[in-house]
Amino acid sequence: MSLTTAQSRDPLNTKTRGLASPGRKAPGRTPMSRTTSTRIGDWLVFTLLSAGAIVMVAPLVWMVSTSLKTKTEVFALPPVWIPEVPQWDTYVRMWQDSSILTGFQNSFIVAATVTVLGTITCSMAAFAIAKMRLPFSNLIFVGLLTGIMIPYPTLMIPQFVMFSRIGWVDTLLPLIVPAIFGNILVIFFLRQYLENVPNSIIEAAKIDGASFWQIFWRLIFPIIRPAVAAQFILWFMAIWNDYLAPILYLNTPGRQTLQVVIANMNVQYATQRDYPLIMGASFIALLPILAIFLIFQRQIIESVALSGTKG
Amino acid sequence: MAGTASRLHRSENRWALAFVAAPVIGYLLFTLYPVCFAVYASLTNWNGLGVMRFVGLDNYVKLLSDANFLESLYNTFFYMIGIPIGLGMSLALAVAMNRKIVGLTAFRTIYYVPVISSLAAIAILWQWAYNGDFGLVNQALALVGIDGPNWLASTVWAKPAIILMAIWKGLGYSMILYLAAIQSVPRSLYEAAQLDGANGWQRFRTITLPMVRPVTFFLVVTNVIGGAQIFTEINIMTPSGGPEYSTASAVWHIWRQAFRYQQMGYATAMAIVLGLLILIITLIQFSLNRRNSFAID
Repeated sequence: MSLTTAQSRDPLNTKTRGLASPGRKAPGRTPMSRTTSTRIGDWLVFTLLSAGAIVMVAPLVWMVSTSLKTKTEVFALPPVWIPEVPQWDTYVRMWQDSSILTGFQNSFIVAATVTVLGTITCSMAAFAIAKMRLPFSNLIFVGLLTGIMIPYPTLMIPQFVMFSRIGWVDTLLPLIVPAIFGNILVIFFLRQYLENVPNSIIEAAKIDGASFWQIFWRLIFPIIRPAVAAQFILWFMAIWNDYLAPILYLNTPGRQTLQVVIANMNVQYATQRDYPLIMGASFIALLPILAIFLIFQRQIIESVALSGTKG
Repeated sequence: MAGTASRLHRSENRWALAFVAAPVIGYLLFTLYPVCFAVYASLTNWNGLGVMRFVGLDNYVKLLSDANFLESLYNTFFYMIGIPIGLGMSLALAVAMNRKIVGLTAFRTIYYVPVISSLAAIAILWQWAYNGDFGLVNQALALVGIDGPNWLASTVWAKPAIILMAIWKGLGYSMILYLAAIQSVPRSLYEAAQLDGANGWQRFRTITLPMVRPVTFFLVVTNVIGGAQIFTEINIMTPSGGPEYSTASAVWHIWRQAFRYQQMGYATAMAIVLGLLILIITLIQFSLNRRNSFAID
């Protein structure tokens, strides 16, 4: 019961509500004041936005269309948008000729392990920093924040040497292990969210004799679940799409993540001018994230807007 | 009584420390130690495997006259021309989307799709789209009678081509942040301005623009930090650094020196210089931002 009050008092929710329905704003504007000129303006804006939308979508449509073309259609002038006979065979060849399948598996292993374990460590740390009696709380938090200021390229060489000394090169471990210790940006965001949770419910749980682990797992984690879910999805997408760290570590084709696999296919098949295969593989590589996005688009866009305006 | 309380506090302290242990250990192992190691490695001549021969500041002296490194730094900053262009376009989009028109949710989704798409896949797609003869870009230009260049093979056009792609990919993200900021501007401000006879442009300039300033600042800072580390699209679209090294970025150059030529010490020195440059530029932006906000107050 106290949980619901915590959430309704949460300024985050009220702030995002406007974004969920951008068209339904302007309550102060009466129908009378919508003059002809605003209607012409709306129409003009709609046309411009549509033209822009075509520019945004055309390359992606072209990618799918190319993947279904024959090799001769690819080089046809004027260009072919809808292949005469869609070459679904491209997608069959893809699974046979390359490491796409293992790429999928590896990307999934890395992204799932990091996000599941990482969000737990981040939530625990955010709880300790925001709500618990933690010695040197500020020092720890600010110290962790300094980590943001060091860009990955500065760290990549020493990290590579560390991991190569313990024989982790060409395994997924260097991509997983550092990340499951937590991500300071996620901690930062969850800590912000926890600021809105009243201390009284934690005090009440303490009086009832709950251990801190129980308080965290049974009380806090359910409260911050919306924020955790948002960070989880954004983090998953970032890791799935990562390219620099995987190409440093992964050399054997069967051990590479999907992004590295398609990049290598791009080099390998370009010499054979097999653009349908390259485009098909690239499309497959962005398909899972595209699907996640289309399903959770409202939540994703809201949490992106939030993390930006809060930051 | 006091004894019980302090025992409870001590127990809470221990739990709290256990809860933050993972990120703290992670920070020490994977950030602090590598940074210290990088500083030392940058002072040595080292191939990554053999002995580290201490050479003092030699690497730092060498990089000052390394034409390729300076070129790659220049290219990296050149790419940032796209940042103000992209921000201007996304602000215009956000203003447009703040109107009451049909299909807004669909537009928002469409403009956001490139943002969530894998950069590697997008770079592969655009590499093909920039193909001089059969690429989508030149075919579209041909419709309006323009004979486009072979983008990525041209020293003049390769960098603008990469900028254009980056704008296309990043537009949706800035647009969403701007849209959220515009929607949180109190409606009464616009109504008051309208009563005072301010036209659309004046309302935009005197209300919208100042109100979205924090978002602009956030976007400029994060875009500059991200732009300074541009790598994926360079390595995929121009695997050899482009014609006459004209697309090579700083991170790409560092990566190649370290992992292709095993110049680990030297590459680390360049990576530290890049890190410091990013830090200094970010600090300058913060201090400029603070000064300007005083001016507005």
